[in-house]
Amino acid sequence: MSGLGEGFTSGRTALVAYLMAGYPNLETSLAAIRAAARGGADIIEFGVPYGDPLADGPVIARAGRAAMQAAADGFGLSEALEVAAAFTRDPGVPAMQAPPIALMTYLNPVMRLGYAETAKRALEAGVAGFIIPDLPADEAGEWLSMSEGLDTVFLVAPTSTSDRLATVGAASSGFVYCVSRTGVTGERSQLPTDLVDLVARVKQNTELPVAVGFGIATPEQARAVGDAADGVVVGSAIVRRQADPVAVEEYVRSLSDALGVDRA
Amino acid sequence: MSEIDSKQQGSDYAVPDERGFFGAYGGRYVPETVVPALRELDAAFREASDDPAFKAEFDSLLADYVGRPSPLYRANRLAKAVGLAEVWLKREDLNHTGAHKINNTLGQCLLAKRMGKKRVIAETGAGQHGVATATAAALFEQECVVFMGVEDIRRQALNVYKMKLLGAEVVPVDEGGGTLADAVTAAMRHWVERVEDTFYVLGSALGPHPYPEIVREFQRVIGDEMIVQFAAKGVELPDAVVACVGGGSNAIGTFYPFLREVPRERLPKLYGAEAAGLGLDTDKHGASIAGGTPGVLHGFYSYLLQDERGNPLEAYSISAGLDYPGIGPEHGYLSDEGLVKYLPVTDAEALEAFALLTQTEGIIPAIESSHALALLPRLASELGPDAHVALTVSGRGDKDMDIVREAGL
Repeated sequence: MSGLGEGFTSGRTALVAYLMAGYPNLETSLAAIRAAARGGADIIEFGVPYGDPLADGPVIARAGRAAMQAAADGFGLSEALEVAAAFTRDPGVPAMQAPPIALMTYLNPVMRLGYAETAKRALEAGVAGFIIPDLPADEAGEWLSMSEGLDTVFLVAPTSTSDRLATVGAASSGFVYCVSRTGVTGERSQLPTDLVDLVARVKQNTELPVAVGFGIATPEQARAVGDAADGVVVGSAIVRRQADPVAVEEYVRSLSDALGVDRA
Repeated sequence: MSEIDSKQQGSDYAVPDERGFFGAYGGRYVPETVVPALRELDAAFREASDDPAFKAEFDSLLADYVGRPSPLYRANRLAKAVGLAEVWLKREDLNHTGAHKINNTLGQCLLAKRMGKKRVIAETGAGQHGVATATAAALFEQECVVFMGVEDIRRQALNVYKMKLLGAEVVPVDEGGGTLADAVTAAMRHWVERVEDTFYVLGSALGPHPYPEIVREFQRVIGDEMIVQFAAKGVELPDAVVACVGGGSNAIGTFYPFLREVPRERLPKLYGAEAAGLGLDTDKHGASIAGGTPGVLHGFYSYLLQDERGNPLEAYSISAGLDYPGIGPEHGYLSDEGLVKYLPVTDAEALEAFALLTQTEGIIPAIESSHALALLPRLASELGPDAHVALTVSGRGDKDMDIVREAGL
């Protein structure tokens, strides 16, 4: 199994596509991540529905709520891992082109299932890594010691000081997730003007690829960010289309095309 | 209490550690965006704590603005009615704005001023913390925004009006159950967005480090005064000390000085009253210790009401101030260590205690504080009729008139 770093080897800016597990239902979310893979996503960031999505804006928060309500017995980390396993068994694209998958989950579902159990099931499911937005690097020692074989992507923000960038850069594996602005996820018409400086500061503090997310919604924005960063994360704009896998594939392809040469 | 006294006579109670852990509980589980702000807050708090001028200004506000020390009143008729020898009421209900909340908001808004932040935000449940924040913000000329669940806005209309009069903007939160937990989430989201110019005035002894410690420091005046007042009256420390616990700020403010200053062999038994709502055997309660399991919510690890997938559950209590699915991390620690016993109290028991204090002493308590009062008859059976008990009346009941009327009192 490949790590998340594999997503950055295509020779162009990597496209990290965020989709919400279980939304609008289990089957469609599986079809949607396959569609994103066909559309050219380099990494799939698969969101786990959670009841208190502190870092997410309205589109992703609503999708998470809908996912939990759509399943008769509820939908959470275990269920997301099952969908991820179905995807890695059959990604719907040639194995060489299958993007690695990272689970984006808030911390408490991981604690509830248990760090060791979560890591074990994630490895079995073929998941490459985790993004846990409310687990800062300082609190992650126990998780990191129990999740060998999995990447853990930490986040940096415009508010991060140099020593924080160094801490986060050192703790991360796979890539570093650079939050483009303060606030929650969601599409924005304009990107922050100081983004280039921020990415440069982050890159000074890590050897890992740096992907930028929060607020990127159009192929033009993706391209602009791609000029500075190694990867671009697009979430809300994909999740809005997620009920229709055909639309997901088209939209992801438009982002992918904007980022340059097709890796196939 | 001087520092020297506490070191010579006190216990070895020394939590949290420098990462904000009370044993296993506490910590700082937040998005990276606010980590730098929490570190800045921590540094400013430690610096202010070491600055005699800060302490002097805070103490002077507590004395002349809040009206401290709040009285320690011997409630003889109540004692007789519940079957205890002595009951001492710590009258936080007599504070300016009607509850203990003002102690903390003055401290935090003073800290905000020191840090040069001219804009403060807060969450509120019953509205007491919102009113107290709006009050301090008015005093310090700070812009104030308060997040409040729509259900609580309905239950506590008077406090909403007060906050607006005081110049605060009240933002209705229509997520989840529209109660305190949703207001905390909304305030935190907003803080993540406006972290650079905004100070988050957290209202209870919870949230990411260093908030639990900051709130404890600004509320410890409750217990500090009690110890001094018992000494001044020539009365032995009581056998037991009681407070209600939602997030747990009045309780930790009451308990901490006893834990810190009183040698363990003389330490009164400590009791916290959790909101059991319609009963622990229903899904309508707010008793995180009696009915929850450890987990992370709102940036800290502690006992939490959660489902099997780790989603926070909606809490319920007749009291908006106790209607929260978690409990401050220090309380989780104190419960595990056996230093404080947390007991569930139902809506019905709280209402009965509310009526009893009102009728025996002419003191109308907050419905939150009534949960603590409801433990008194139980303590009489547990400790015997000769026992002396002290209890913090965290607030007054003016805000609860509609609720108790609706409940048929």
